[in-house]
Amino acid sequence: MKTNRAVRTPGGMSVRLDVRSLTVVLLLLLAALAASVVLIGTGDFPIPAADVLRALAGNGNAGQEFIINELRLPRVLVALLVGASLGLGGALFQAISRNPLGSPDILGLGQGSAAGALIVIVLMSGSATQVTVGALLGGLATGIAIYLLAWKQGVHGYRLVLVGIGVSAILTALNGYLLTRSDLTDAARAVVWMTGSLSGRDWDQVWPLLALCVVLVPLVLTRARDLRMMEMGDDVSYALGVRVERVRMLLLVAAVLLTATATAAAGPISFVALIAPQVARRLTRSPGPNLLPSLCMGATLLVTADWVSQRVFGADQLPVGVVTGVLGGVYLLWLLVAERRAGRI
Amino acid sequence: MLVDSPPEQRAETAPAPPNRRAIRAIGLLASLALLALAVVASIAIGAKALSVGEVWHGLFEDSGTYADVVVADRLSRTVLGVLAGAALGLSGAVLQALTRNPLADPGLLGINAGASAAVVTAISFLGVTSLNGYVWFAFVGAAAVGAMVWFLGGSRGATPVRLALAGTAITAALYGYLQAVMILDNAALNRMRFWTVGSLSSATDSTVVQVLPFLLAGSVLALALARPLNAVAMGDDTAKALGANLNRTRALSMLAATVLCGAATAACGPIVFVGLMVPHVVRSFTGPDLRWILPYAAVLSPVLLLASDILGRVVARPAELQVGIVTALLGGPVFILLVRRRRTAQL
Repeated sequence: MKTNRAVRTPGGMSVRLDVRSLTVVLLLLLAALAASVVLIGTGDFPIPAADVLRALAGNGNAGQEFIINELRLPRVLVALLVGASLGLGGALFQAISRNPLGSPDILGLGQGSAAGALIVIVLMSGSATQVTVGALLGGLATGIAIYLLAWKQGVHGYRLVLVGIGVSAILTALNGYLLTRSDLTDAARAVVWMTGSLSGRDWDQVWPLLALCVVLVPLVLTRARDLRMMEMGDDVSYALGVRVERVRMLLLVAAVLLTATATAAAGPISFVALIAPQVARRLTRSPGPNLLPSLCMGATLLVTADWVSQRVFGADQLPVGVVTGVLGGVYLLWLLVAERRAGRI
Repeated sequence: MLVDSPPEQRAETAPAPPNRRAIRAIGLLASLALLALAVVASIAIGAKALSVGEVWHGLFEDSGTYADVVVADRLSRTVLGVLAGAALGLSGAVLQALTRNPLADPGLLGINAGASAAVVTAISFLGVTSLNGYVWFAFVGAAAVGAMVWFLGGSRGATPVRLALAGTAITAALYGYLQAVMILDNAALNRMRFWTVGSLSSATDSTVVQVLPFLLAGSVLALALARPLNAVAMGDDTAKALGANLNRTRALSMLAATVLCGAATAACGPIVFVGLMVPHVVRSFTGPDLRWILPYAAVLSPVLLLASDILGRVVARPAELQVGIVTALLGGPVFILLVRRRRTAQL
């Protein structure tokens, strides 16, 4: 298959079309939707896929419609949106830090959100909504702190990662301390939150996530071109007319917002932000930042992981973060074996 | 890279002038004095403050007074602090040399995760509840993961990148397991949340005795590796050309680091940053020669660990802040400062 094609309009404009990336995006979207339908049908009260589709179209029976629209659909939408945000956020972080390991988990954003949530849970015994707000504030504050600490006449990718590792260690200690100070019920609640869970998520979590994605995703995608040029290094991109520091700051703010909101909604689900961009890149075989494929990959990955956790452990026994964690380990091991066989490391 | 540097620069840095060697030796003696000071402070400071005279009395003229009992009680945690600190510093220095990564840390190779997973298994499935029981599990878990990382990393063909990747992968999978167990078993969570922060306070004499042989053997091995590791630092090709046995050095370094870090983690729980930071700071003073870095790290790491432990006892009096938390809260900012101070090209 020829992967690149130039499309010319009669007006003399031309667009480079990456056929393979486009195919991957479409296939991943299809996979995400299919997995969502299966996930909606999964639970203590199984519903066949045909009935799910009928109920979503508004032609199902009353009982099924209640279960689907009120209980399962919002959860699946949260999974899709969180996965998409994490996938896109991860791709942005990896592109900006120019490091395939520069994901928000490693940079300590997850720990920051967890610290915010733990403070609410342990010190204030707050409600679920308050925990969400706390996590959001924690994540945003951490993002700002990392950016400011890494700033030294501009933000260098490697420094960003290393500063993130330092911040992450401090916050991990803080979280450990808060866990030892809490009573056991709060500690159990905190650990479930820190693993990342989708259970009990409803429409209240869907709307803010959706609103944010609607605003940020187009904004970020219009900057994909600048990001691709920035992969050539700051000096070259300046010469090509990219305002590097401005674009970098804009995209970092977007990435932090996406990650912090997703984490506030579902907890710091590990590895989606790390893996989705890498897998997407392998599928598209395209060197660019692969923003849209990463977004679709993240959504597919999280919905599938949630389905796996429900099938393997039973409904709501273990949060989805356990599955993504193990999945992440398996992916890295596979990477190790594959890269070794290819003689690259 | 040493091989690429221009000759005049090499001539400047390569042979250490005699007075520099003397300075290093004096520095090492000063570090030892600092360690002695830290030991005394660690015994004297706490919920019941003791004078230096009382510490002396308790250590050498024990007659069973109240102060003597306090000294005996604080002595075991202080001894453990010295041993574990030295072990963490040595294993960090060895790993940084082995992986040629100045920011490598025993946690990078999955050793902490292995110990944690083994301890949670012991608590949740085997009903082990005593701390002395954990020690063996933690040690075996750390050693098993160390071996696994070694084989996954390609054993004889292990390169720094492979080892780090294998360690990260295993850590990820084990933390998934750890979290799953803690969510399903509240009793395990209750014990683990105290174990994972890393503390010297639960140390008893028998804990010290249990891990002592491993710490001693590991330290001797690590110190003996200084010269071969110096060759590794020059890159694989140069090291081979100089006649170094890379495979043997790598295997032995991995063994030493695993035994040291595993035993320290088994006794105190995972303590971060000591193994990362001390060799790093020491290097800026001694230069890249591991024959100096290793002894310095072995002496100064316990100073940091004991100081953190003392600080943890003082700030939250009469309760205690676990030493693992203090090292991270102190080490994190220092680490960030170090990262910021370097020029971009050096990163």
